[in-house]
Amino acid sequence: MKRHSAFSQAFFFFLFRGSACAAIAVLLLVIALLLFSGHAVISWQFLSSAWQQQDIAKGGIFPAILGSIYLGLGVMIISFPFGIATAVFLTEYGNHSRWRRLIQLAIRNLAGVPSVVYGLFGLAVFVHIFGFGMSLLSAILTLSVMTLPWVITSSVEALEAVPEQFRDSSLALGATKWQTVRRIVLPAALPGCLTGGVVGTARALGETAPIILVGATFFLTHLPSSPFDKYMALPYHVFILSTQHASPHAQEFAAGSALVLMAITFLLSLGAIILRYRFRRKKVW
Amino acid sequence: MPSDALFTGHRAYRTERMMDKVMRYVFSIVAASTVILLIGIFAFLLQNGIGMFQKVHPFAFFFGTNWNPNALAGAAWGMLPLAVSTLLVAVGALTFAIPFGLSLAIYLAYLAPKRTREILKPVIEMIAGIPSVVLGLIGLLFLSPLVARSFHLSNGLSALTASLLVGITVVPTIASLCEDALSSVPGRLREASLALGATEWTTIRRVLLPSAASGILAATMLGLGRAIGETMVVLMVAGNSLAMPNGFLDPVRPMTATIAIEIREVVMGDLHWKALFAVGLTLFVMSFLLNTVTDFFLYKKKNT
Amino acid sequence: MTTMRKMIVLSSCLFLSACATKGNDNEIVIQGSDTEVQLVSALVEAFSTLHPEAHMSVAGGGSAVGIAALINGETDIANSSRQMKAEEIAIAKEKGKNPQEYILARDGLSVIVHPSNTVTTLTLAQVGEIYAGKITNWKEVGGTDGPIVLYGRQSTSGTFGFFRDTVVQADYAASMRQMEGTEAVVDGVTADTQGIGYAGIGYVADQDGNPRGDVTILTIASTEGAEAISPLNQEAVMTGKYPIFRRIYQYLPDLPAKDSLIAELLAFESSEEGLTIVQNQGFYPLTVEDAAINTAILDSLR
Repeated sequence: MKRHSAFSQAFFFFLFRGSACAAIAVLLLVIALLLFSGHAVISWQFLSSAWQQQDIAKGGIFPAILGSIYLGLGVMIISFPFGIATAVFLTEYGNHSRWRRLIQLAIRNLAGVPSVVYGLFGLAVFVHIFGFGMSLLSAILTLSVMTLPWVITSSVEALEAVPEQFRDSSLALGATKWQTVRRIVLPAALPGCLTGGVVGTARALGETAPIILVGATFFLTHLPSSPFDKYMALPYHVFILSTQHASPHAQEFAAGSALVLMAITFLLSLGAIILRYRFRRKKVW
Repeated sequence: MPSDALFTGHRAYRTERMMDKVMRYVFSIVAASTVILLIGIFAFLLQNGIGMFQKVHPFAFFFGTNWNPNALAGAAWGMLPLAVSTLLVAVGALTFAIPFGLSLAIYLAYLAPKRTREILKPVIEMIAGIPSVVLGLIGLLFLSPLVARSFHLSNGLSALTASLLVGITVVPTIASLCEDALSSVPGRLREASLALGATEWTTIRRVLLPSAASGILAATMLGLGRAIGETMVVLMVAGNSLAMPNGFLDPVRPMTATIAIEIREVVMGDLHWKALFAVGLTLFVMSFLLNTVTDFFLYKKKNT
Repeated sequence: MTTMRKMIVLSSCLFLSACATKGNDNEIVIQGSDTEVQLVSALVEAFSTLHPEAHMSVAGGGSAVGIAALINGETDIANSSRQMKAEEIAIAKEKGKNPQEYILARDGLSVIVHPSNTVTTLTLAQVGEIYAGKITNWKEVGGTDGPIVLYGRQSTSGTFGFFRDTVVQADYAASMRQMEGTEAVVDGVTADTQGIGYAGIGYVADQDGNPRGDVTILTIASTEGAEAISPLNQEAVMTGKYPIFRRIYQYLPDLPAKDSLIAELLAFESSEEGLTIVQNQGFYPLTVEDAAINTAILDSLR
């Protein structure tokens, strides 16, 4: 019995260790395969020049990179204030409200809704009803709505991590609730909120389905200069390069664009993880 | 520490009191509008999709086996092949992702040395951060030919290829939630079991896993929700055939891909539009049910 | 907090100033056919070197996407590889649009198979029956035993509609794999020894009329016993001898104003440089009759 037990333990523990190796292998494999297909394409010209339709080897993906950067910035500008404010309400002002459980349920549900459904909502509301058309603004708003539940959830976590004593001491000294929030709770929780928000934005940057529905373009003559302009975006560019371009270079370019997209999302996520790590180190509580 | 603004005169004091009231309202309004927006999504789907059921009987919609909005003989709105495709890919993904995710969770919670943990957790988060269109590209370039060669198919674009890739997207969710569940099992249970002479593995198998069961189940439900909602991978590698699939090696077209493909061609407000919103509504309801069940299990776990 | 306030004021100003530039007269939005998207993008690119102030964008998605956008008022030009149906024109008119049809190029829709397939020619009827699901094995049409795997476009595609109405004349078999773009169809066939697909000539031949090496372009006989013709034969496509020829179109929501940028773009497409680009992209030029129809539209603007 004991020997059988020892054997099965060794076997299963080997499997568990193996799964850890497999996870690392999967990540490395994805990166390696992309590098293999797309490394020839990466160059400064690729990153900085405009898209040349007639001979794609002479052009680059800069419009798509810029479009994605604009999308990311827009999502941060819109979802962070609304998301953090909602989280503040939930933790500071709504604590004893019975609405709180309901609201948190609603938010958790919405975090699980498929991204294509957000795209449907964005298409019907921002593109048609509000009349923004298939523009950068519609895409930013759609992606912001999609990122909102994520920002709220991680901000709530960060705010709840601030020790209750901080608030109690502040209130005991005669500060109003708003003063407490503004000067003590928010500054303490802000790094955590921002970290969560940046990770959420990184995910939004990688989403393709909502922007297929809300209208990224195949070709542009000018870079977008206002939120109402048309735009290109990296994930959509990868998609159309792999399915709609007939050039012999198309697959290479698709892999190259995918590498750039991964690099941007990885840098953002990595930055957020490092921020969170340093923040946790600095915390005294 | 804040000290200056607190007691610098009666006027400042009054301003602060007023600001407090104002900000309280500001925060409640922002929170309320966020919630209204989020709930509004559901209402919106409902409003646009429910009109479908006035034209087509719900039974015919959900159980009809032919989805052909542009058919020459008249549009057919049977959603069953789409639903079966979605479930096929999702179940396939979970078959692969649950063992993998659970193994990772067990490893992280009980077996990993601290430094390995600090490497593995970010690795898992990075896998979660891989955009699904990139996985779709890898599927097109590498996995699909591999599947074709291994199973002697003429073409590898199928539910199986899609399941493998969707599984990869779901593993991080399952792994991190299971790890949370396992880590929150009280340490004394483990110590007591080992003190009684059980091996590590027996302890895990018979004591720790069962006590984390509701958390693990919750992780599975959420993973299922994520797999059902995946769009890009299935759009690129699942094969895109509207015929009812017979197995994992058949080409399939799940509900998410159908919406993404067809929504652009519809004129706002016509029957095809309503039909696609009805499919979207179905997806929303499926994910809502999964989330509610998950919530129930997590709540139950908190109260045991 | 003052830095925060400054940033809020600054971004609001930027936003408002950006709003002021909305409704640019020099903007042309083009949406629609995936068959045409590369061609039209190339034309727009060349046109923009002549008119650098023009802000133009081209998006794909399929002919039906372009037509829906035209009806919804979201596009200035709708690329379509099939003609608008009567119902679509009626709905457009209801919404206040006056669709104008402009012929962009001629296309020989080619039927492709894997290079290892022994079948090199089919009749039109056989192709139709294959896609309707009535013929399911290659040995029924003279090839080696093996199931036929169908590749086609999605319902958003004009090519999907055109092929169905002209060749299949029935609903497609449910097993047909509906790919996202023409290139996806071609890629599917290059990887599948049992596959068959259809694609505009621009995707399977280069500018000199040389076919891609990784697919076989079938010759099609219009009836049993007739001469089988290849879509690479430009003359056959222009005269209609090749059975699956078609014109590809651009639709406008209304007659463009004289001297407007759109009218200039259309004139450019009919010009020598535009026609060279059409041929470089692998399509065939208009016949004299087609060109006359276009000229009539352009002339009516002056």
